[in-house]
Amino acid sequence: MKRVGVFVCHCGTNIGAVVDCPQVAEKAMDFPGVVYSVDYKYMCSEPGQEMIKKAVQEHRLDRVVVASCSPRMHERTFQRCVEGAGLNSYFVEMANIREHCSWVHAGEPEKATEKAMDLVKMAVAKVVKNKPLQKATIPVTDRALVIGGGIAGIQAALDIANAGHVVDIVEKEPSIGGKMAQIDKTFPTLDCSACILTPKMVEAASHPNINLLTYSEVEKVEGFVGNFDVTIKKKARSVNMDVCTGCGLCMEKCPKKVDSEFELKMSKRRAIYTPFPQAIPNKPVIDRENCTYFNTGKCGICSKVCPAGAVDYTQEDEYLTRRYGAIVVAIGFELFDYSVIGEYGYGKYPDVITGLHFERLVNASGPTLGKIKRPSDHKEPKNVVFIKCVGSRDPAKGKSYCSKACCMYTAKHATLVREKIKDSNIYIFYMDVRTPGKGYDEFYNRTREQYGANYIRGRVSKIYQQGERLIVRGEDTLLGRPVEIEADLVVLATAMVAQPGAGQLAQKLGIGYDKDHFYTEAHPKLAPVETHTQGVYLAGACQGPKDIPESVAQASAAAAKVCGLLSKREMLTEPIVSEVNESICAGCGMCVAICPYKAIELKTISERIQGQTVERQVASVNGGLCQGCGACTVACRSAALNLKHFTDQQILAEVNALCL
Amino acid sequence: MKYAYFPGCSLATTGREYDMSTKEIAEVLGIELWEIPDWNCCGASSAHLTDYRLALALPARNMAIAEEAGLDVAIPCAACYARSKAVEAAVTSSEETREEIEEIIERKYSGKSKAKALLDIMANDVPESLITKQVVNPLKGIRAACYYGCLLVRPLNTGFDDPEDPRSMDKLIKVLGGETVDWAYKTECCGASHPTTKRGVGFQMLDRILANAKEAGANCLVTACPLCLNNLDMRQGQVEKAYQKKYGLPVYYFTELMGLAFGIEPAKLGLNKHFVDAMPLVQEVLKLKSGRESA
Repeated sequence: MKRVGVFVCHCGTNIGAVVDCPQVAEKAMDFPGVVYSVDYKYMCSEPGQEMIKKAVQEHRLDRVVVASCSPRMHERTFQRCVEGAGLNSYFVEMANIREHCSWVHAGEPEKATEKAMDLVKMAVAKVVKNKPLQKATIPVTDRALVIGGGIAGIQAALDIANAGHVVDIVEKEPSIGGKMAQIDKTFPTLDCSACILTPKMVEAASHPNINLLTYSEVEKVEGFVGNFDVTIKKKARSVNMDVCTGCGLCMEKCPKKVDSEFELKMSKRRAIYTPFPQAIPNKPVIDRENCTYFNTGKCGICSKVCPAGAVDYTQEDEYLTRRYGAIVVAIGFELFDYSVIGEYGYGKYPDVITGLHFERLVNASGPTLGKIKRPSDHKEPKNVVFIKCVGSRDPAKGKSYCSKACCMYTAKHATLVREKIKDSNIYIFYMDVRTPGKGYDEFYNRTREQYGANYIRGRVSKIYQQGERLIVRGEDTLLGRPVEIEADLVVLATAMVAQPGAGQLAQKLGIGYDKDHFYTEAHPKLAPVETHTQGVYLAGACQGPKDIPESVAQASAAAAKVCGLLSKREMLTEPIVSEVNESICAGCGMCVAICPYKAIELKTISERIQGQTVERQVASVNGGLCQGCGACTVACRSAALNLKHFTDQQILAEVNALCL
Repeated sequence: MKYAYFPGCSLATTGREYDMSTKEIAEVLGIELWEIPDWNCCGASSAHLTDYRLALALPARNMAIAEEAGLDVAIPCAACYARSKAVEAAVTSSEETREEIEEIIERKYSGKSKAKALLDIMANDVPESLITKQVVNPLKGIRAACYYGCLLVRPLNTGFDDPEDPRSMDKLIKVLGGETVDWAYKTECCGASHPTTKRGVGFQMLDRILANAKEAGANCLVTACPLCLNNLDMRQGQVEKAYQKKYGLPVYYFTELMGLAFGIEPAKLGLNKHFVDAMPLVQEVLKLKSGRESA
């Protein structure tokens, strides 16, 4: 017979004010196997834990039940506690009488007490069936993968590399830099984005521990924490990187002009190109879709002019598979497509642009060399209207969330217009001005007071072209009056949305994402850079809208997590995994299909049956990949799969305790 | 094709030409219009300013009669359509409202019969090929500013066309061989009763619509609402006088232009009943046609 001790916690008044804890402790003595029972104000405190340890020794307890809060809160605490008392850490069971009882039944103390007793009874019934489990160790590969080469990815990679670990950055574009490379100035200090970003790009490129894999994409992810096997597709650049000197002659001579993605189609690039002059690596790629040679077989000028002979039309996509200990996902964001919004003209007016277009128009290396000129007729605008929350906070036509950075970058845009065009007028339509952040509110106030931007609280109902100007019609809800502004340029602060391929990548990685396709962190407060898949971390706007400082902070946090993982040669794994009873497994494969972590495979075993050797298939669980969710145990028709620590026998014991 | 037909009060009075032309084109296209027997006013404006239930019950009675006959309802007037659509939405979204309304009108009405704007039927239900086949006078020379007004395509979730940039009428005019202009006042309000009661407000609203249409290069306006037409046509002279401007823009119902294209005699369509002379442009269409034929 097992000897169980029950420890009922008051959690101050959290439990104690509703549940009659002494009565629960007294009642517990009646449950089979219980030889000791006590209640105490704070079981998780030092004296509380000492009390448990002492009781284990004095009463020769071999099983412990703690009736307190959720196991998510303190299971580890009490596991360590019983370990200290010389028991296997899986010999402690928690009865959650706080979240599951006192908090939700505050109005009915008597019934709550009764329920608490039932919960304890169940935990007692389970704990006597608990088996000792041991954590296993797995080796850790000392190499990290960072997916996405924007500011978040670069920062994470630098931090990991500086700690002495090797990092690969995979970037789908021909150059690293991301959205920050397109931005002109950064708020609230107005320092030049390129001036603070490009040194980091150079540092990443020249760092001995960092390998850049640009123009590449993640194709497949297998394996588990410490040992991810990732297949990366290196798209054919058509330029031999080892030979190319980056002289740029090919780009000068290429006769084919194409809309530049980097300049948001406001200027042209060539078919052989680098996205921008400060690109890293500063070696071009051929855009095969638009290249005359690839389309017609004629031309070949770039190959002829290249002094190094680096152009290689026969290059093919290359696949490489590498093993990584940890992965940081930093794929960033895209901007909301405002052409779905009819009141702003469905994207048909050339002088209605997004904030990112404006960044290029005001940037010294942009299509207008930093002179603000409107796209339609290249005239300098005098009246500039900004509209905030385009697609943000708009569940009807866009997204329900706030995009967070727009209030600040719109204020920044307003100051830039006023600085460059002295006689300009700025009108900013807003819903609320949200400026939490160091120096942010001061910046906004300066935009209003010093730079004289007119903030109008209200939405724009319509924009239409009248002659050369755009008529912007809206409402000033503070004055309760309709307003109409003749604008030369309208800048929309469009929402930050998830990258179009975010969902697919999440499925490859086995991580979660929300309804808007932003990646889900393991805990919104206490695990903001972790995912539910061990070894995969998040950085930057792929987790939700963020500005640069926040992205950088999160990137460094993710890097710290990676370094913590990679600094060990091997790591302990949770023993709560599925196990297969091969003798009754029919090899149907239902569990293989249902496992969200790709932890189950079919394997062939041979058996001697009636003197003959028979081969058959059975399920096989990879303990490194299994996260202990239990989906397979439910799917298994012959009950061949059992989740350790939550076996059918253990769960049925709880059910019986409650119902019989 | 058969529809219940709800002409509404306007089509019996100020909008007679809308009624005349609707019936003429329906006949040509082989659409049977069954006029709802003993129909009543939809209650537009007055009812919904007075009482919520009254505003639903009035159109509900007409819709219920159509439902008994198992027909969807063709409604030319934008206001009648909006009110009928409102009750359809009200009874289909709330069981309680349906019971209440049924009790008031002493008839069953489940919302099964749909209220359909006549423009929706002509632009979306009638196959384009059927219309093309009937065109004998292509509308060459017509450069229409299609004016939908504020009611026809709103609210968002009940409408048959884009509420910000509707295009169904433009499509129809193009099928008839005419041109349309891209302009910004397609869905602006014509002022409704303001040109009568508050001229300072109403005339300004009309002036902006007329000015914008003219600026966009239109030589006429086309509408699907009797009140819009009334305001833009009857008040145009007064607006011109008030603002010292000259517009001279004839205003047509889209049904009149369909009839014209189908070769129906202009007088039968009521084209001679307009305040701003609608005939010169009609003559031009016919002349261009005979010119093409003799050439």
